[in-house]
Amino acid sequence: MTGHATEAPTPGPVTVTGATTAAADAAADNVKVRIRGLTKEFDVKGRSVTALQELDLDIPRGQFFMIVGPSGCGKTTLLRIMAHLDSPTRGEVEVRHSAEGRPENSMIFQGDSIFPWMTVWENASYGLRMRGVDKAEVRDTVGHYLDKTGLTDFKDCYPHQLSGGMRQRVSISRAFANDPDILLMDEPFSALDEQNKTLLQDELLRIWDETRKTVVFITHSVDEAVTLGDRIMVMTAHPGTAKAFVDVPFERPRDVLDLRHRPEYGEIVYEIWQQLRDEVSRSQQRDRAATTSSRRRFGR
Amino acid sequence: MATTTTAPPAPTAQTRARRRGGWLSAPGRGRDRLLAVATPLILLAIWEALARSGAIDVRFFPPPSSILEQMARLMSNGELWPHLFASLRRLFIGFWVGLVPALVIGVVMGLSRPVRAALGPLISGTYPIPKSALLPLILLIFGLGETSKVVMVAIGVFYPVVLNTVAGVAQIAPMYYDVSKNFGASRWQVFKTVAVPGAMPSIMTGIELGAGLGLILIAIAEMVGAKSGLGYMIWNAWQLYSVETMYVGLLVIAIIGYVMSLLLAEVSRLLMPWRADR
Repeated sequence: MTGHATEAPTPGPVTVTGATTAAADAAADNVKVRIRGLTKEFDVKGRSVTALQELDLDIPRGQFFMIVGPSGCGKTTLLRIMAHLDSPTRGEVEVRHSAEGRPENSMIFQGDSIFPWMTVWENASYGLRMRGVDKAEVRDTVGHYLDKTGLTDFKDCYPHQLSGGMRQRVSISRAFANDPDILLMDEPFSALDEQNKTLLQDELLRIWDETRKTVVFITHSVDEAVTLGDRIMVMTAHPGTAKAFVDVPFERPRDVLDLRHRPEYGEIVYEIWQQLRDEVSRSQQRDRAATTSSRRRFGR
Repeated sequence: MATTTTAPPAPTAQTRARRRGGWLSAPGRGRDRLLAVATPLILLAIWEALARSGAIDVRFFPPPSSILEQMARLMSNGELWPHLFASLRRLFIGFWVGLVPALVIGVVMGLSRPVRAALGPLISGTYPIPKSALLPLILLIFGLGETSKVVMVAIGVFYPVVLNTVAGVAQIAPMYYDVSKNFGASRWQVFKTVAVPGAMPSIMTGIELGAGLGLILIAIAEMVGAKSGLGYMIWNAWQLYSVETMYVGLLVIAIIGYVMSLLLAEVSRLLMPWRADR
């Protein structure tokens, strides 16, 4: 195993840093995503509700960055703002674009987001086709990712003929094939069963390992965060902001099952839970108060 | 592992065995089809028997055999064909004249809130007017020629298609628009790759309804303001008291409707391969 941690997540004991030290990374010029004072307010029945408050964040180039938080902490809002699908109320989000005509970001959405009316191939090549990329290049790129995700034999199938895990593989292929600067992932595996989830996490890591693009990955699963991430941001519940940053010291490439055997793994999971505990109970109290809560609770 | 791989075929084998069973004892496609054909045939046989035995008045209900005889006569002496082709031609032209603007307006309304706000009340406000009640006005405006007939069909096609298209575009999950935006689709590409295919099932339902309504309206329009067409043939037969010819007209219209629905089902299958085995 060749450990080549470019961002050098310090190996050894678990390091938990306070939210304020986020600015430390700003000094480095390899910052890919820079967020300052990000605030998002929504109008709910004439009342202003703050979803995100004064969030500062730096994500270095090539980092697999995880965001963990209780439900309703604004993590999806944060990702949508980064994807330009939503706009901030205040503050700024800057993505340092490498400007080679490639798209800034591609998102892997939560749940079923591939088009039911397109075949696997048409779905996976969507971004490239919309950009008018040369046919031969589309064939090579999409073919590569369908190969990687084991979908080559299913390329002419329609989504309803596929299992949930395979549909999410199409979504992964679509995002990777689009060759963006950063990849945004919004709980892509939350709808899958435990076995499929583990398989897909493993596949995702293998595919990511080829290019090591910057990833921002949202999850409500602490296990998922520790398994996949280089660095984890724990968010506060409502309004959402950074509570703590946890560095994950595991080398790459990783083996998902092997990882979970290690004593440090449990340590980090425990550490994050420590950070999260208060937030989860706060979020649950709020949910209960809202009575009409159909939301998924944190954890399972 | 072995159990999981061998388990799935078992239920399919069972279902197949059940399907292969006798047509009365087991539910299945074959039995459904048989029933669908048998029921009308049995009813026709009863009708024939009742008419021949004099139990029903043959002036109103001529035996099916005499209706078929009349139909054969009208086909061989060539009387039926001009009427049939006149109606089909009006249906065909009117269909497209109604369909194209309905699709364009429907999709644009579905995608654009201001357009929906501007046109929505107008369309849903005029929709409940019985289209047949418009006939005098249409005849007044477009005269007794072909145009008025085509316009009637077009009106019949337009409403169901436009309303179903708007509803179809509106029910597309917002996530698909997010996806297309995230992957850099232009407005035209969103139209082509999300709005139209996403609304297609609903659009096809609208087209089926519209085609049916068009058929109703062409028959009515031809009864009043035409010298050709199946509607005219039926109306003329009433005046000449040729009851069999009236029934032939009704039968031919029913056949047109049936063929039309088969055709549209086939078009649906071609346009929406992603729903092929549903």
